[in-house]
Amino acid sequence: MQITSPAFKENARRALSDAQLQKALGHVRSGFIDKRQYAVEALPEFDALRDSARAIKDHTLAHLDLYLEAYEEKVKKAGGYVHWAETAADARNVILEICRAAGARTVTKGKSMITEEIGLNEFLEKEGVRPVETDLGEYIIQLRGEHPSHIIAPAVHLTRDQVEADFRRAHDHLPVARDLSEPESLLGEARRVLRYQYFQADVGITGANFLVAETGSSIIVTNEGNGDLTQILPRVHVVVASIEKIVPTLEDVSQILRLLARSATGQDMSVYTTLSTGPRRPGDPDGPDEYHVVLVDNGRSSMLGTEFQDMLRCIRCGACMNHCPVYHAVGGHAYGWVYPGPMGAVLTPSLVGVDKAGHLPNASTFCGRCEAVCPMRIPLPKMMRHWREREFSRGLNPATQRYGLRAWAMFARRPKLYRLASSFGIPLLSFFKGRKGSFRYLPLAGGWTRHREMPAPEGRTFMQQWRDRDAQKQEARA
Amino acid sequence: MKSERVEESRRVGLFVTCLVDLFRPTVGFASVKLLENAGCQVDVPMAQTCCGQPAYNSGDRADAIAIARNTIEAFEDYDYVVTPSGSCAGMLKKHYPSLFKGDPRWEARAEAFAAKVHELVSFLVDVLGVRSVGAAHAGTVTYHDSCSGLRELGIREQPRNLLASVSGLELKEMRDSDVCCGFGGTFCVKYPEISNRIVEEKTANIRAAGAETLLAGDLGCLMNMAGKLERQGIDVKVRHVAEVLAGMDDGPAIGRGKG
Repeated sequence: MQITSPAFKENARRALSDAQLQKALGHVRSGFIDKRQYAVEALPEFDALRDSARAIKDHTLAHLDLYLEAYEEKVKKAGGYVHWAETAADARNVILEICRAAGARTVTKGKSMITEEIGLNEFLEKEGVRPVETDLGEYIIQLRGEHPSHIIAPAVHLTRDQVEADFRRAHDHLPVARDLSEPESLLGEARRVLRYQYFQADVGITGANFLVAETGSSIIVTNEGNGDLTQILPRVHVVVASIEKIVPTLEDVSQILRLLARSATGQDMSVYTTLSTGPRRPGDPDGPDEYHVVLVDNGRSSMLGTEFQDMLRCIRCGACMNHCPVYHAVGGHAYGWVYPGPMGAVLTPSLVGVDKAGHLPNASTFCGRCEAVCPMRIPLPKMMRHWREREFSRGLNPATQRYGLRAWAMFARRPKLYRLASSFGIPLLSFFKGRKGSFRYLPLAGGWTRHREMPAPEGRTFMQQWRDRDAQKQEARA
Repeated sequence: MKSERVEESRRVGLFVTCLVDLFRPTVGFASVKLLENAGCQVDVPMAQTCCGQPAYNSGDRADAIAIARNTIEAFEDYDYVVTPSGSCAGMLKKHYPSLFKGDPRWEARAEAFAAKVHELVSFLVDVLGVRSVGAAHAGTVTYHDSCSGLRELGIREQPRNLLASVSGLELKEMRDSDVCCGFGGTFCVKYPEISNRIVEEKTANIRAAGAETLLAGDLGCLMNMAGKLERQGIDVKVRHVAEVLAGMDDGPAIGRGKG
């Protein structure tokens, strides 16, 4: 997937003037937040669970190699294959080989962000294998040739009207007069169209919300049931998962699952929580003949032991972006790569480089709402600040910002000089306001005054007035 | 003799904040009045400038550390360090210690300093036990919860409790009072269009609340919201909460002229 993160500002500008997008984003602002709030309030132990989940993940990350190898053993024992992929290209090639070996021309896919990250769909298409997305949101954006704008609601940037138009265009074999005015009718139509694809597919590809070292199982949580059909009906099931999805035991998973759906959609549990352990065994009613797991690193192991390790606790619930005022304003595509919102602002520079993704950790007011709702207690603003520190020390931020900061710091570091400058400059600035209390335009403050008035200083600085008051007191005493 | 000892234990160093110093001294004097009324002896060390957030949040640790050292040296002898800003209090209390983590000479000093730091309103309520301020304000107000105060320091009920003690004042809550106003320090000039979209959302909620006056505890947010309200021609006066609590709300509101 092409990275447009360096053009974040232009992306954002376009998003802000896109009326359809702004209408669609209104639903993010209202829907997710309230539902999560109700779900969390109904679970008194929510915060205790967060602490426990953080501890589970921290422990796992501290022994990541151990748990991954234990997991591999269990998968093999269950008759599955484990493929280690250091890079995105490695992962793509392994998956293509599996598809080729299965003689696959069509593969169905469950919703998976890691396959977005490795650019799987474009690659498979180029190699003559047709990927069919089966999650409703993913299906919609595949029809449109787009990428997800949200990690759990890929098509959240679209309005119902847009989806109806896409379906009428893509499903031109269906009667024109059919009613598609309700979301349910759109879902029903997608189901009917997709049902046929499941039987055509030779390989089904899913992601994984968790990998369980204890049992060698992969787990997906879904609401539409498409994931189950994707992994059960084709002959070959390929699980693509990044290495930090590993969790030691089923008991651990069951704790984290209590956080996931509540944080994501406000559900107590997702409709389906599906465990897969190896291929179909003799006597099993269904399941694939072959079961493969592709474990993707793609830069994650280099986050271990750094100030960004905590990011690997992320369970991809999307709560951070659902609560982010910047995400609400510009939507997910503006971030310019796979992962948007606060989690993307931390993860994207780790995976593609801060030289390309430098805007992302800067485009935050540090309001802290993301950290406040993160079920895994990931200190997102702190890590964004760490990225800013790296940018600053490498001289990556714009020269105007650097010089401005330097000039300001020269004064802020020297109280006497600061006092002198402000006791001269502030009364002067105040003088120019005349009878008005604010400026419509102010040199060097165009970023501010383009959109709002600049309140003017009241008059002399507090420190000037305070010194006078002190002097008067002393005089009175003398 | 006894009362003197009480006063001695309430020696407060006021960290004025750069924005209050430069733009709105009234908030500084209101803070002094509130603290003195509550029995504190207030000093304003001249060696203060800014808390250092512009440097710290721009990734410039060296300047942030230099500024933090100045601030700690200027204030560490007081019993309390109080500031009329949740954002600056958060910087002094939560972030200074992280700047000196692992520094043998400064880590403990920064921790000891941080333990004395309080945001003004929460200091009055939580530390001094103030329940009523004896002020009057005839009219309706709405209150914006600034992010750092709310989420770093847990300031939510304290200002509301004190406002409830102001005679004649009626609080009309706005929708999403806990959502960011889009200021974000340097964010508002680095990403002006996004900041503008966020503050538009905020002023719509302020307008819908139907109050005459908007209050908050952070001058940065207040200047942002006041500037937007003024530009949009929405007739809501904007003040720091300390001005109302101290009964110093007869001068022009933020961004308003004398005329």
